[in-house]
Amino acid sequence: MDLTSPTLTSSALPSPAIPAADPHEGLRMTSSAAPLVRFKNVEKSFGALQVLKGITLDVAPGQVVALIGRSGSGKSTALRCVNGLETINGGELEVCGRKLHAGKVDLLELRKDVGIVFQSYNLFPHLTVEENITLAPRKVRRISKAEARDIAAEVLEEVGLSEKAQAYPEQLSGGQQQRVAIARSLAMRPKLILFDEVTSALDPELTGEVLKVIERLAREGMTMMLVTHEMAFARSVANTVVFMHQGRVWETGPGAMLANPVTDELRQFVGSGL
Amino acid sequence: MLGLTIEQIAYLFRGAGWTIVLSVLGFVGGTLLGLPVALARASKNRLLRFLSGLLVQLVQGIPLPVIMFVVYFGISIAGFDVPALVAAGVAMTLYSGAYLGEIWKGCILAVPRTQWEAGECLALTKTQRFVFVILPQALRIAVPPTVGFLVQIVKNTSYSVVINFFDLTYSAKVINNATYKPFTVFTIAALIYFAICFPMSLLASRFDRRLHRS
Repeated sequence: MDLTSPTLTSSALPSPAIPAADPHEGLRMTSSAAPLVRFKNVEKSFGALQVLKGITLDVAPGQVVALIGRSGSGKSTALRCVNGLETINGGELEVCGRKLHAGKVDLLELRKDVGIVFQSYNLFPHLTVEENITLAPRKVRRISKAEARDIAAEVLEEVGLSEKAQAYPEQLSGGQQQRVAIARSLAMRPKLILFDEVTSALDPELTGEVLKVIERLAREGMTMMLVTHEMAFARSVANTVVFMHQGRVWETGPGAMLANPVTDELRQFVGSGL
Repeated sequence: MLGLTIEQIAYLFRGAGWTIVLSVLGFVGGTLLGLPVALARASKNRLLRFLSGLLVQLVQGIPLPVIMFVVYFGISIAGFDVPALVAAGVAMTLYSGAYLGEIWKGCILAVPRTQWEAGECLALTKTQRFVFVILPQALRIAVPPTVGFLVQIVKNTSYSVVINFFDLTYSAKVINNATYKPFTVFTIAALIYFAICFPMSLLASRFDRRLHRS
């Protein structure tokens, strides 16, 4: 069974396999460096339910990897394993040089390197946009208030919300809140950002403004893993698209893979979306 | 006036003053006890949860006047001769600490779990998460029920009459014994209690409305 499983393709993934037509190729100077994230036969169960059944996947620095698949296919769980929100039950998982399978890992240290943005934004409602962004840099990185404000101004500019620094989250639209959440994550200067269905709660117009920000980060060479249902976006922005099915990596390839699926499952999945 | 002398009415107000003193003691002591109780009740540690739960159940399962007796005579048996104020203060502290702890536990748990998670993902330590993310939000939720509970504290100080603490109820009893005008005397006492409590109820409902608007 395993011999015929398409998961084999994922182990042959190292980033240079991506076609030269890839628009980010020129920017990814570091793509030959060691992977930032390395899944090796990762397994994860919730009680009796096995959600990840041996995932193997690499993410090189500067790469954008999109995880797609049906609800319950394990893509969000895989993402949450990367920053230690879920602990794995089997296999090996290395993130930014830290072996998450080797027991005692300082999760706080890991999270300085790995940011995450959630579907529900999870901004702090009692703080202004600027305070939301500066809280962690000030308390965790222990930088001065002035320096933190400079960083806030910079990341707010990046997401196009400079004028909202003093607003409270409830005064912003969903799309704006999500962009603040991205800015908050950027302010920690992470090596990797995870996006967990960040546009699923937004209407198409707001989705567009959030995706534009992510696209911009991709152009600037930020390493990202994103779980998404936006097929067109995955196709155009991701270096690698990973189709997950029943807890396995079923098919991986560049965005163009979505136009020519190899497996029936992906064909069905892509077809149902159109 | 109303068949009472000025001195007698002044005596009632002196009692009211001690009612306020005991209320403040109960609230301050209750806050000092209630905060750790709330934290323990909301904590993941089973032992802490059990011990704090035991205290809360114990206090909630015993009538306040009986707590007053137990504290008053308990301290005497231990060989200390304490004024009724101390005994009443300790009893009010136990009483309001248990209830406030339970109220505040609810406020802490009312802050969505995802807020903990967001703080965690920004590499904030557990203490930082609590102090900078959860506590400010919990406090905002806690204001209306806490102000509401202040009213309970004020009214329940009247139970200290059982250990002869000189408060409004006690002074009313004394004046009644001297004048035999129970209806007049206790109506005045009732009005004074109401005058203390009503503004607080008003405040509580205003806070409540403001919370629901935002």
